Amino acid sequence: MPGSTPEAYDVAVLGAGPAGLAGAVTAAELGLSVALLDASDRPGGQFYRHPAPATGATRPEALHHDWAAYADLRDRLAASDVTQLFGHHVWTVTRETAGERWAVHALTGEEDGEDGTHTDVLRDGHGLVPGQRPVTVRARAILLATGSYERHLPFPGWTLPGVVGAGGAQAVLKSGLALPGSRVVVAGSGPLLLAVATSLAAAGAEVPEVVEASGYLGYARRPGALAANPHKLAEAALHGTALLRHRVCLRTRSAVTEAHGTDRVEAVTVSRLDRDWRPVPGTARRVTCDALAVGHGLVPHIDLATALGCATRRAADGTHALALSPLQETSLPGMWAAGETSGIGGAQSARAEGELAAVAIAARLTGERPSPLPRLRALRRRRDRMRAFAETMTAAHAPGPGWTGWLSDDTDVCRCEEVTAGRVREAVADYGARDARTVKLLTRAGMGWCQGRMCGTAVASLTAPATTIPTPPDRRPLATPIPLTTLADLPIPAAEPTGRTDHTDPGGSDDLDDLDGPAGPDGPDGPGDPNPNPHPR
Amino acid sequence: MKRDERTPAGLVGASPHAAAFTITFDGRELPVLPGQSIAAALWAAGILAWRSTRVGGRPRGAFCGIGQCYDCLATVNGRPNRRACLVTARPGDAVTTQEGHGHAGLDT
Repeated sequence: MPGSTPEAYDVAVLGAGPAGLAGAVTAAELGLSVALLDASDRPGGQFYRHPAPATGATRPEALHHDWAAYADLRDRLAASDVTQLFGHHVWTVTRETAGERWAVHALTGEEDGEDGTHTDVLRDGHGLVPGQRPVTVRARAILLATGSYERHLPFPGWTLPGVVGAGGAQAVLKSGLALPGSRVVVAGSGPLLLAVATSLAAAGAEVPEVVEASGYLGYARRPGALAANPHKLAEAALHGTALLRHRVCLRTRSAVTEAHGTDRVEAVTVSRLDRDWRPVPGTARRVTCDALAVGHGLVPHIDLATALGCATRRAADGTHALALSPLQETSLPGMWAAGETSGIGGAQSARAEGELAAVAIAARLTGERPSPLPRLRALRRRRDRMRAFAETMTAAHAPGPGWTGWLSDDTDVCRCEEVTAGRVREAVADYGARDARTVKLLTRAGMGWCQGRMCGTAVASLTAPATTIPTPPDRRPLATPIPLTTLADLPIPAAEPTGRTDHTDPGGSDDLDDLDGPAGPDGPDGPGDPNPNPHPR
Repeated sequence: MKRDERTPAGLVGASPHAAAFTITFDGRELPVLPGQSIAAALWAAGILAWRSTRVGGRPRGAFCGIGQCYDCLATVNGRPNRRACLVTARPGDAVTTQEGHGHAGLDT
């Protein structure tokens, strides 16, 4: 294949955020050859997203929390011999030569030739794509650290310009140093909102309110998880102090139930919610603003793994995360995962998981006991402790079933295909659709550019009431758009990968027998996903 | 010159090594901080919409900010369907509002 890397690396790490960086540098420090791939031009992922060097930013840490941890990983990466493949959009992962090696397929290169000279000219459905070329990286092990994207719940007016993702506002601010407006309401659910409000206010925006649909009492139901993670309380206190300083008002058990304006947002309606997130009649207030940053938590980005039939589990908030062994291995032998792909848990948790996965991979590939063993045990304890907190956190902010009461029949649910809530309800009530896939076929919801990443939660909620069997994770054969010629050039895989439940003991020592086991639901709150079936089509 | 710390660029102490430059949006000239994405440059100029939808002709701009939602598609130097949040602005780039499916002007 053109652009192929001839040799096979020990491990290919997909994603250069906190989990991927920790995994890559740890693996390299343990003597493995490592390729690190990321779509961005520089390391950091979404959490440590920062301005391009060309901006000459001298204080990127001003928009960040825990920048010292990133600086440490960045410096270790620079000192390592990790092959850094930035600007690489991975679109699929396949298995080669009877399952002994992985092939990571990516596209790289400028879509526009930088100087007008286009070396590779390909043709896709939209015309010429100059300069992009396919790259294949081969490796004995994969560490999937692809992070997450934001979960969105629609409401009337959410497609108006000026209504932006809370994570989107944060992303554009962190890397592009721009704000969506001067008076920005922050709304939705989850701890990200506090961080977004804090940074928007620090960068000069007026933030009249943070509107949080949950209460914070959900955390109190698991005092153990809180007590074991005092740093999380400190973090919350830090955000709380910053919000006070910027005179930002935090409204809990409330939601933005409508955005107003003709060509852009001019005001929002904030309503009180009951326990199930149903708007309480008579509580609606109008808040003027020129932007709304809104998001309802995060969804693990696991397309590359589910396309291979990887087993998943349901996290406490109903999202699908990868089911992992205690040493971070997926149900596919040779593929490990860390960070948000294993369930939303935050940057600290991601770093611990990335390091743990790297130690486990090194043990497997070298056939030696992971060393030092105490480090492995300490990492596992830290991972388990933070995972317990993460489950508490996601459960506390999980959308209540009453949120669909915000929708009017003419509210767009699918932004790409402009499919309204009324049409989805019609597909369910009149045409008997019982799952999101049937709704998609009947209405085109989820069939557009984003492939249901923005509307998936909403369509599933409107289709199946919360009490029925949960829907299986979305399966998207391609993780990013690619030219058809690239697809046509892909060799047919030698064998279909198959899952295996017996995880090989990394060292064969009695000492380690308790260190690994089959991938499966890894918490009391995660009923095993009923549908890890590899090929339902 | 004292920098206003209550702006994003001031907060992080941005001081570009390269000369500032401009791009155009529907013919209007906009300043760009070197290294900014096209979406960021448009937001900084107060522009939130640079696409109209295929069905309803409704205005859209950047939403997810990380290349997942495709709401920020723009026509850049005559080429449609570019994700403005992922494309770094270059001197003289001509960004134009993308109408509908974005195939207008293509010979496909």
